[in-house]
Amino acid sequence: MSILYQLAFVLILGAAGYILGKRIKFLRRNILLGKPETRNDQPELRWKTMALVAFGQQKMFKRVIPALLHLLIYVGFLVINLEVLEFVLDGVFGTHRLFAPYLGGAYTVAMNFFEFLAVGVLISCVAFLIRRNVLKVGRLNKPELKGWPALDANLILVIEIVLMLAILTMNATDQILAERGVGNYIDVGPLFFSHFLFPIFEGLSDGFLVFVERAAWWFHIIGILAFAIYVTYSKHLHIFLAFPNTWYSNLKPKGEMKNMPEVTNEVNMMLGIPVENQADPPAEIGRFGAKDINDLSWISVLNAYSCTECGRCTAECPANITGKNLSPRKIMMDVRDRAEEVGKSIDAGGPGLEDGKSLLGDYITKEELNACTSCNACVEACPVNIDPLSIILQMRRYIAMEESGTPSQWNAMFQNMETSFSPWKFSPSDRFNWADKVKESEQSQ
Amino acid sequence: MSTYKVPTMAEMASNGKAPEVLFWVGCAGSFDERYKAVTQAFVKILNKVGVSFAVLGPEETCTGDPARRAGNEFLFQMQAVANIQVMNAYEVKKVVTACPHCFNTIKNEYPALGGSYEVIHHSQFLQQLINEGKVRLQGGGEFRGKKITFHDSCYLGRANNVYEAPREVIRALDVELVEMKRCKTKGLCCGAGGAQMFKEPEPGNKDINVERTEEALATGAQAIAVGCPFCLTMMTDGVKNKNREAEVKVLDLAEMIAKEMGI
Repeated sequence: MSILYQLAFVLILGAAGYILGKRIKFLRRNILLGKPETRNDQPELRWKTMALVAFGQQKMFKRVIPALLHLLIYVGFLVINLEVLEFVLDGVFGTHRLFAPYLGGAYTVAMNFFEFLAVGVLISCVAFLIRRNVLKVGRLNKPELKGWPALDANLILVIEIVLMLAILTMNATDQILAERGVGNYIDVGPLFFSHFLFPIFEGLSDGFLVFVERAAWWFHIIGILAFAIYVTYSKHLHIFLAFPNTWYSNLKPKGEMKNMPEVTNEVNMMLGIPVENQADPPAEIGRFGAKDINDLSWISVLNAYSCTECGRCTAECPANITGKNLSPRKIMMDVRDRAEEVGKSIDAGGPGLEDGKSLLGDYITKEELNACTSCNACVEACPVNIDPLSIILQMRRYIAMEESGTPSQWNAMFQNMETSFSPWKFSPSDRFNWADKVKESEQSQ
Repeated sequence: MSTYKVPTMAEMASNGKAPEVLFWVGCAGSFDERYKAVTQAFVKILNKVGVSFAVLGPEETCTGDPARRAGNEFLFQMQAVANIQVMNAYEVKKVVTACPHCFNTIKNEYPALGGSYEVIHHSQFLQQLINEGKVRLQGGGEFRGKKITFHDSCYLGRANNVYEAPREVIRALDVELVEMKRCKTKGLCCGAGGAQMFKEPEPGNKDINVERTEEALATGAQAIAVGCPFCLTMMTDGVKNKNREAEVKVLDLAEMIAKEMGI
C-alpha cells in the first residue's frame, strides 16, 4: 500500500477523532446541565450492578427472543471491535492482516469466530427490521416514534447490516486473492462463512478483486468511524452510556422519593422545631421541583441520553396500556430533545435555557404527568436502569409548589389533609371509632 | 370470656408501659368502611396471638404519602414531621401496618426526617406469626382447595421487593395459589397509586382497575387476595364492573387469616 493511502488513513482517523471529541464534549456539557448530585456510595455494588445489568444484559432477558437477538449484536459489537484494532494498525502502517503471522492457527479461529458473529449480527438486524416494520411489534410503533426516531432505528439496523456485509465481502475477496497468490494477500486458512460468497467473486479478474477487497476494507473502517460519530446523534448512544448509566443506578428502594431538605428547614421552623445547619442556609434556593432540564438531577439527563427507545417501559405502563396520554419512553425522549435544544442554543450563542420554552409545557404536558400511578413498572422494566418516575415526580413538585397547578381533586385532597389530617374529609375525632366494634366483641377461646 | 383490647400508645405510656410494636392503622384502615374490617381482623389476630401492640388512635394522622406523590412536599413534610414527633416521643422502635403506602413512607422516607423505625408490612408480620407457630391454621376452612390469586401492590412489590411474604401467607391457607400473567416484578398496578386514588383518571380508553380485574378473573380464581387498602377498593370496583361480585370475593390477607382462625 502506498504511503498516500497511509496518509489518507491517518487523516481520516484524526478527523473522526476530532469530531468525536467535540461531540463528546457537547454531550457531556448537556448532561451536566442537570443539577449536581453525588451518587458514589457503595461502589462495590455499583460495579456489580454495571457488570450484571449493562455488561451481562441481565434485565434484557425478561423478554427472551429480543434478548437473544440483541445478545448476538452486542457480542458481535464487542468482539468485532477487536478486529477494528487490526484494521487501524494496518491502515496506519500500510500492512495487511498484521496479526496473522503472529497468531497462526489462532488467527484462523478468530477470523471464523468474527465471521460467525458478523452473520449473527446480520441475522439479528434483519430480524429486528422485520419486528419493527413488518410484524409491527406494539412498543416499536407508538406515536412518539413517528419521524426521526423510527428512521434512526431503521438506519442503525441497515448500517450494521451493510458493515457486516463489507466484512464478509472483504474476507471472501481477500481469500480468493490469497489462493491465487496475488500480492501480499495471506492465506489465513478456511473461513467458513465468507466461503459461501466465493461464487459471486470467483469470476472476477485479479485487478478487480483487489479493487473490491480494498473498497470493502475502506468502506468498513470509514463506516465504523462514521457510525461512531452518528451514534452521538442517535438513540444508539446506549452502547456506551449504558455502562455509566447503570453504575449510577438508584440503589435505594424504588418506592423512596428523595427528600427536599430545603423544605424540611421551613417545615421545622413552622412547627417550632430547632433547625440544624441554620448557620449556613443554601446559597440560593432554586425552584421547587422541575420545570426544565436544569432542575433535574444530571443523572436524569444521563438517563435520557442512555435511552435507546426500546419502549419496554411504555409497554408495562398501566396508564399507557389503558390509553392514557403517558409514555415513560416519551418522557425520556423529551428530556433528551430539550437538552439537545438548549445545548445547541448555547453553542450558537443563543439564549439557551432562557429561550422562553421549557420541558414542562413545551415538551411534557400536565395531562401526561397526572396520569402516572407511580407504580415503578417503567423503572423495573428498563434494561439499563433508567428512572422515568423520578422525572415525573420532580415535575409534579414544580406544578404543585411553584404553580399551584395540581388538578382540583388533588387540591381538595390537600385541603382535607391540612384540616382533618386525612386525604378524605372525615373528622379527626372519628379516627379511632373503628375500634369500638372490636372492643365490644368477645374473644372466643 | 374477655373482650378484644385495642390499647393506645397514650394509655400504655400513662401506665408506664411500652408495646413491642406500634400498629399503624392508616387513614383507609381508620375511615374506609371496607378497610375498617381489615383493621379489625388484624387487631383480633394480634389479640388472639397475644402480641404486645398499641395504636396511636386519635393521635395518628396521614403519613403524607398522597400529598408527596401529588407534588405537595410541604404538606407531606408537615404530616411526616408531626407524626415523627409523636412516634419519637413514644420511643417507637417497631411499626407494623396493613397499608403498603404507609409502609413505604414510614420505612423509606421518614428516616431522612428523623424518624427511623423497623417497619414491616402486615403480610410479613403474619408470615412470621405463621412460621413461629403462633398462628395455627387448622386447614379445612372455607378457603381450602380454592383457587386464589394474589394481586401485588406496587408499593409492597416493586417499591420494596416484598413478593413472597403475602404468597406464603396465602399458601398457609391450604389453597391453590394461581398467578396472574403479570405478577411479582411485572405486576400491573390497580390504578390507585401516586395519588390517583384521589382523583378521576386522565382520559383514556379503559380504567386500569378493570384491565387488572379482567386479568385476575381470567385465572379462574374464586378470590382475589390483596394486601393494600387502595388495591382492595380498586379490585372490588373492578369485580363489580364485571358483575362478578357474587362469585368472586376480594379479600385482604388479614381477613383471610382471621376467618381461618374462626375469629
